[in-house]
Amino acid sequence: MRNIFPILVFSFITLLSCGSDNDDEVSQANVTFNFDHNWDASPVTNSNFNTIQYTNANGEELSITKLRYLISNITFQKSDGETFVLDGYNLVDVTNNTNLSFTPTTTIPTGTYSKVLFTFGFNNDANYNNNYPDLNSATWNVPSILGGGYHYMQLEGKFIDNTTTETGYAYHAIRALDNSGATQEFQDTFFEVDLGEVTITHNATFEIDMNIAEWFKNPNTWDLNVLNNMLMPNFNAQVMMSQNGQNVFSLNTVNQ
Amino acid sequence: MFKWISYFILLFFICISCSNESVNEYVPTPSPLEIPPFFQDNILAPVIPTNNPQTVEGIALGKKLFFDPILSADNTQACADCHAPENAFSDADRFSDGIDGFFGNRNSMPLFNLAWNYDEKFFWDGRSFGIEHQAFQPVIDPLEMHNTWVQVEQKLQQHIEYPNLFEQAFGTSTIDSTLVTKAIAQFERTLISSNSKFDKHLLNEATLTPEELNGFNIFMDETKGDCFHCHGSDKNPLWTDNMFHNNGLDATFTDLGLGKITGDPADNGKFKSPSLRNLAFTAPYMHDGRFATLDDVISHYSEGLQNSPTIDPLMKKVAQGGVQLSAQDKADLKTFLLSLSDFEFINNPAFSNQ
Ligand code: HEC
Ligand code: HEC
Repeated sequence: MRNIFPILVFSFITLLSCGSDNDDEVSQANVTFNFDHNWDASPVTNSNFNTIQYTNANGEELSITKLRYLISNITFQKSDGETFVLDGYNLVDVTNNTNLSFTPTTTIPTGTYSKVLFTFGFNNDANYNNNYPDLNSATWNVPSILGGGYHYMQLEGKFIDNTTTETGYAYHAIRALDNSGATQEFQDTFFEVDLGEVTITHNATFEIDMNIAEWFKNPNTWDLNVLNNMLMPNFNAQVMMSQNGQNVFSLNTVNQ
Repeated sequence: MFKWISYFILLFFICISCSNESVNEYVPTPSPLEIPPFFQDNILAPVIPTNNPQTVEGIALGKKLFFDPILSADNTQACADCHAPENAFSDADRFSDGIDGFFGNRNSMPLFNLAWNYDEKFFWDGRSFGIEHQAFQPVIDPLEMHNTWVQVEQKLQQHIEYPNLFEQAFGTSTIDSTLVTKAIAQFERTLISSNSKFDKHLLNEATLTPEELNGFNIFMDETKGDCFHCHGSDKNPLWTDNMFHNNGLDATFTDLGLGKITGDPADNGKFKSPSLRNLAFTAPYMHDGRFATLDDVISHYSEGLQNSPTIDPLMKKVAQGGVQLSAQDKADLKTFLLSLSDFEFINNPAFSNQ
């Protein structure tokens, strides 16, 4: 017993001293992505839902009753090409006010990045080669007759149609599939959003804006009278959504 | 000096070793939910409150209470009277009559896979949060068991068996309403339905008929049934999103549903999407049991839609009454829906009163 005590004390001190010697490492930063939404600069939250109050580029008055979308594959890229891909994906759910903020578990080294990118939706590998219980539970799947995988976005609401009737629309974005021919023709509709050059000095919070009006605007002026429902199996509609999506996201600020 | 320290250390270890050996504290036998492998692989884990773990004794007690009319004021009505096993724990009557012969204005709901209701909103209008909390309601509902909890507690306390059963389930023979609802909730969580023909088809243990397969495709086809956005799919074995929608039953509402609870007019006429499992046993359908048959339900979606400000945008071609399914498509959709019925579930002896 007499011998053990000093040994215990010694090993205790030894253990303690182990804990804190990573002074020479490059410091790592956590990054958080906040998603804010607007209709041509007027802020949109779920409290603005369910009332017809927006006018799209084609002149239709509309409301939003549901908005959720998937982002994935957040990537920090250095000018020399070195990239850091952050784990995980995020289903932003504006309707229920959940997942408007996303902090990936992986950290990145501080420094200057020439590009910060994320994918709207899933790339094909992520879309088809994985099963995601959380997304299945959120009924986010795409039927296998439509190629399977997952939705990229569900934007729903009502608009006043050309007979002045309030009509539903379901602007659902998925990977484009043409089932009309003998063989299935796919076209990629997920896209990368480049937030530009960013220097990370500390833990950083990215404020990302989605201008919902852009989905109806550019380059394709969206006519809800023609394209309001059953858009998932509509190959051209999916391609147009992807084109209009290019201008939807922008980086507001980075706080650190 | 060293000697003293040695004694202290010794004493210290002895003390530590003591505190772990709570010899007298009774622990009921854990009985974790048996999660079907297909659920395990495809959807999130069930919700089980940390303060009410599943135990053999708790489940057995909950089952006894569920089937026991002692919970009602005049000892005539058990939960099972409105939630009968042969009806997948629903009621074949459109409206259930309570002990005083009054009828509510809602159709009883089937009870299965409740632990996977992740938002934990129960009742057609979601007004009750959590299974335990829900179980407080029927006992005191004047249209149902019309009792008081004080009375229930007294009756159970004076019963020859119950105090002992509570002792075994919860380590105390002092009965209170919280423990009653905990036991019932434990039993309700065991009501898992996962053995329909369609489930077996997904596990390659059964083969669907061409009609059933076509019906499934109609269900999944956005230009036809388009049911999957609200009612699950081959990837979501719950066959519901457990969310609230207006599926176009009425142009004006006598029952506001979710809107009455939230006070938001945008929620008027919204009700929780029911699971489409076990439809073979759960007629009549909808929150007010207005449809006696599945044919009526399918005709509703096909050509009976009523427009209203809160109708779900997924209800399309409302002006024409719906998507106008052909007679063949309707018939096939019905056979598919029926393939979600789980005969093993309604015949499971663990769930019946014996
Ligand atoms: C008189 C008939 C009647 C009795 C007795 C009764 N219920 Fe119900 N139960 C109903 C009706 C009707 C509903 C739907 C009510 C509503 O939505 O307003 C319901 C709904 C429920 C739900 C909600 C299910 C869901 O998915 O949201 C649960 C759980 C439930 N009952 C459990 C019980 C339990 C436990 C008891 C006994 C303590 C019980 N019920 C007794 C008629 C009854
Ligand atoms: C917008 C979401 C939505 C869609 C799409 C939808 N349903 Fe429903 N379904 C509901 C809701 C909500 C209810 C309950 C409505 C009520 O009682 O007021 C319901 C009720 C039902 C019921 C009654 C079940 C019961 O136990 O009472 C059946 C059967 C059903 N739906 C089948 C279908 C079929 C088949 C389709 C496709 C043709 C479909 N639903 C499309 C939301 C939806």
